Amino acid sequence: MTEEIKPDLEIDLKGLLCPLPMVRVSQNISKIPVGGVLKAVATDPGSLADIPSWARTTGNEVLRVDKGDKLYTFYVKRVK
Amino acid sequence: MEEEKKNRVSMVVLSGDMDKLFAAFIIATGAAASGMEVVMFFTFWGLKALQKKEATGKSFFGRMLGMINGGGITKANPSKYGFGGMGRWMFGKMMKSKNVTSLVELRQLAIELGVKMYGCQMSMDVMEIPREKMIDEVEEPVGVGFFLEQARDSRISLFI
Repeated sequence: MTEEIKPDLEIDLKGLLCPLPMVRVSQNISKIPVGGVLKAVATDPGSLADIPSWARTTGNEVLRVDKGDKLYTFYVKRVK
Repeated sequence: MEEEKKNRVSMVVLSGDMDKLFAAFIIATGAAASGMEVVMFFTFWGLKALQKKEATGKSFFGRMLGMINGGGITKANPSKYGFGGMGRWMFGKMMKSKNVTSLVELRQLAIELGVKMYGCQMSMDVMEIPREKMIDEVEEPVGVGFFLEQARDSRISLFI
């Protein structure tokens, strides 16, 4: 059972390829308050590696990744 | 004396090849999105990435070079399988069908993300590509001294 995470903002990254998924996450995380959660839905399998790497580099936190059928949903918490 | 490194990527872009420019701009935009400062130094063939579509060159050789190598970033050919423009066309089609961001869009994104782009004064002189023939967002021309100053305290330094 997974706990429901309520995002402050949702973005659609479907169809976008490297480097756009991480660029869009970075551009949108600044729109939410510190402590808030950004939900991003991507189709690029590369983003499975890239978005967590981006979070570690920037000091933010990926709370959860849901892997659906060619659909990857990221919940990213803005830490700073 | 060990100086502290800055959270910066510095890049020399010597190549004007399409594939290498993709690598340069993807790393640049990715780094900028990761909160890093990014400085790109374009020299020799790399100047193509900053040129407008206009013709360049003053002397006979300069104008000839402008005709062969001009046209700006949209005229960058792949480093392999150029086939006189066919390769560029083919890769362009393949990338478009897969929704890959174009070089022009990547360069614009880099600008929006605050990536700083510099042209090398010496190659601009040699190749007869003046500042006015380059996109407006380019910083004032610089030389190797400026690059070294930026590179020596960068965490990441690349030559493309």
